[in-house]
Amino acid sequence: MNDVLLSVQNLSLGFRGDGGFAHILDGANMTMRRGEIMGLVGESGCGKTTLASAILGVLPRTALQVRGGSINFDGTDMLVDTNAAEQESVRGRRVTFIPQDPFTSLNPVFTIGQQIEELMKWKSPRRAPGASRLPPIIALYPRARRKIDREKVMEMLNLVQLPSPDQLLKKYPHEVSGGQRQRLMIAMALLPEPDLIIADEPTTALDVTIQAQILGLLRNLATDRGVAVMLTTHDLGSAYEICDRITVMYAGQDVETAPVGEFFNRPTHPYTAKLLDSLPDGGGGMIGIPGELPSFYAPPPGCRFQTRCDRMTEACKTRPPSANAGPNHLVRCFHPLYPTTAPAEKESLA
Amino acid sequence: MSALKRILSDRAATIGGAIILGLVVVAILAPWIAPYPGDVTAFHLTERLQPPSADHWFGTDRMGADIFSRLLFGARITISIAVIAVGVSVLIGVPIGLLAGYYGGFTGGALMRTSDVFLAVPQIVLAIAIAQTLGPSVENVILALSITYWPFWARLVYAETNALKKQTFVEAAQALGASDLRVMVLHILPNTASAIIVRTSIGMGATILTAAALGFLGLGAPPPTPEWGRTISEAREFLPEAWWYAAAPGLAIFLVVMGFNLLGDGLRDILDPKLRRGSQ
Amino acid sequence: MTDAPILNVTDLSVRFPIRGPFGRSLGQIKALDGVSFTLADGEILGLVGESGCGKSTLGKTLMGIQAPTHGSILFEGTEIAGRTPREARALRRRLQYAYQDPGASLDPRWKIGRSLEEPLIIHTDLPRKERLGKVREILTSVGLPAGHTDLFPHEISGGQQRRVGLARILMLNPEVVILDEPTAGLDVSVQATVLRLFRDLRETFDLTYIFISHDLSVVRLMCHRVAVMYLGRIVEIGPVEDLMENPKHPYTQSLLAAIPRINGPRVTENFWLKGEPANAANLPVGCRFQGRCPHVKPICRETDPEDRAIGDSRVACHFAGEVFPPVPVAKKEQIS
Repeated sequence: MNDVLLSVQNLSLGFRGDGGFAHILDGANMTMRRGEIMGLVGESGCGKTTLASAILGVLPRTALQVRGGSINFDGTDMLVDTNAAEQESVRGRRVTFIPQDPFTSLNPVFTIGQQIEELMKWKSPRRAPGASRLPPIIALYPRARRKIDREKVMEMLNLVQLPSPDQLLKKYPHEVSGGQRQRLMIAMALLPEPDLIIADEPTTALDVTIQAQILGLLRNLATDRGVAVMLTTHDLGSAYEICDRITVMYAGQDVETAPVGEFFNRPTHPYTAKLLDSLPDGGGGMIGIPGELPSFYAPPPGCRFQTRCDRMTEACKTRPPSANAGPNHLVRCFHPLYPTTAPAEKESLA
Repeated sequence: MSALKRILSDRAATIGGAIILGLVVVAILAPWIAPYPGDVTAFHLTERLQPPSADHWFGTDRMGADIFSRLLFGARITISIAVIAVGVSVLIGVPIGLLAGYYGGFTGGALMRTSDVFLAVPQIVLAIAIAQTLGPSVENVILALSITYWPFWARLVYAETNALKKQTFVEAAQALGASDLRVMVLHILPNTASAIIVRTSIGMGATILTAAALGFLGLGAPPPTPEWGRTISEAREFLPEAWWYAAAPGLAIFLVVMGFNLLGDGLRDILDPKLRRGSQ
Repeated sequence: MTDAPILNVTDLSVRFPIRGPFGRSLGQIKALDGVSFTLADGEILGLVGESGCGKSTLGKTLMGIQAPTHGSILFEGTEIAGRTPREARALRRRLQYAYQDPGASLDPRWKIGRSLEEPLIIHTDLPRKERLGKVREILTSVGLPAGHTDLFPHEISGGQQRRVGLARILMLNPEVVILDEPTAGLDVSVQATVLRLFRDLRETFDLTYIFISHDLSVVRLMCHRVAVMYLGRIVEIGPVEDLMENPKHPYTQSLLAAIPRINGPRVTENFWLKGEPANAANLPVGCRFQGRCPHVKPICRETDPEDRAIGDSRVACHFAGEVFPPVPVAKKEQIS
């Protein structure tokens, strides 16, 4: 169905390092529909940030080695080098980004107003995509468009509930608080009128009351505009708050995808179940997961969770295919906690 | 990896180290290696200003003495000046920098301003003034160099200490009840060691140059001390015919300073990445 | 165990002066503004609050790393406020501080064995053999092999570094340990293991904890009593269950309302706390929560509330016990 906005198929990539080749992502799959809010959840080292960066196309090209797979955003291939021009028109316009650290996300020597203006000059929806005819440093910013853009900017700053927008534009980044900066990043992510926003741990560095404000804001603005959001986080509570669907990753592999209610009430993959058990409020309380992440230089064949799973058998040495565990609920495991039906025909949602 | 292996793994350090080692060995064995050991004081006026030959590898000087032999003995002087001058300035400068950096405040500021005063004047100018006042001799050269060089170390250690004292492990040691002295000597100082070591090596080279300059100006040892700088000075009136007279000591100085610089560069490469990895 | 509190803090204040050019005084930041509480032997007291509330400053002041401007800290009956760890050395043995990243508290150039011996060298006269024996003993009790004494911190994993850092604190058999954000930034599964470690250590060594954290769900699991801080002051303190179920200070209520409850109604739909904390350098006259409190009245803008006792809790609000979180205006559909 053309409802599918983003499709990551079987993506395997890694980096050449001192210790050899690090297989950061191994056959990762992910699909997103228009307008949905997807949570990409996992602990450190699971590859969620790498996946997000791969979709944006900002992984370091020199060390990167793509071993297989594809990333398709609404018809545009986001992975191959040869497609740079199209990718350029997508990046920052149809796909925008909210970074994790509000403290280093803005250039400290320019005012906020200058940075937003720069953004609108290049990525405003009223500007045709593509490189400018003149060199960037002397490219023109037509007055008519500038006026409309400015109105839109003020409107957006009000929507994200930033106080005194006129004064704010004159301030430098260090003069505003972390919460305000994140609101600003949300505004800047919405101004190009994108189809997808990738938010990388946007509230991890914020206090819990500010987090509640920011998450609520993000959800409301996104659903009002029909913008899809991919939220990476290691905080399951935040994922519960605003996500429609959640994909869990472990050590570079996707292991389970489910609508949020299913996810928290019928975790089918053993890792998901253990993760939920580790939560302070979740039943278990203080049960951890024994063992450690496998080394990326020499990962186990097949399912990477096998070294810590008490349900592991020989079969797990091959990567399990996607199986249906419920409506829109896919899991990759040979020994799921609940019965599954035959593997899905395609690796994407019907 | 043992220290030796680490040094050998870096080319600059190996070459530099070899040169310096060569210098030290030569200096120690001078009386036995030199073809004409007596020429340090003796003179043979019949053989004045002979060009390099099989008998005299670097020729003879204005007194007829073998330049090569005198160079070898001069190496001793060069080394003693370098080692003592740098050693003394490190011994003065490092504790000052450590105390100033650790305590900060008024004392720290006062100490740093004092070192600023010394640093404001180029070392060679100040050294000349001091040596001139005290009279020409090797000891005075060493004194002049030490007095003018300690601020460099003080400032270096001050900056490092300032940064280190804010680190968590220092605070943790203090919270544990460690005395200030203990924290400074056992925690902060070892962590500045690599910076000090690297700068020491390069500093030796710089000091040798300055000492040679002082010798050249006649402020170093009086004749007939075979100090390298003085030898170049003597050679002035005989240039350009007796080119070997100036070239030989010049070459020696060049070689030794380069050796120290290479060693310092190599040490920096060896020590810094290790340190960075060590403090992850 | 006696009934007297092991720690008795009264009216503790820490003010940081703000200096402009030429050293002119522009004002001060009241990092701690009259903090008072007691700590009973063997209990776990949670200290929660958001950034800028002063909980870290409180931890460091108790430890002696930060000197208070005013106030008293009685540790086992003796005054320790303002005395550096070195001065009150004999006393400080019994009061230790665990950094958020205990691995960072280790000197990177020292072998682990040496770092572990250091507390013993500073505080005791034990001969080397006995020191080494104690080091091995403590390493085992934190779950690390004795062979680790020859390794450097960068040669072991982050989790193991944490254990070594804790081991170092335990070398002196302390009575009270201040844990500063011990689970911040940790993955959930690792967090669970770390918390269990703390529990086990507490039993083995008979410890009393002050547990500083911004994560209320962890605090609920670990602590007996909780103190909530806001802009330098304890605004509510009481038994943990009571505080979590019936928060009485509006700020505590907002803090609890902000925590996602999995499988419950989504908190972000109706989160009512607006704005951000006031500027610590420029606190308003009266209650420090006035700018954001949904129940603010004229008296709140005039007088800073005194502590009011309600049951086993103490609350710093003029209307403690009478105010409740706002009822959500429009309830959106819940997740089933």
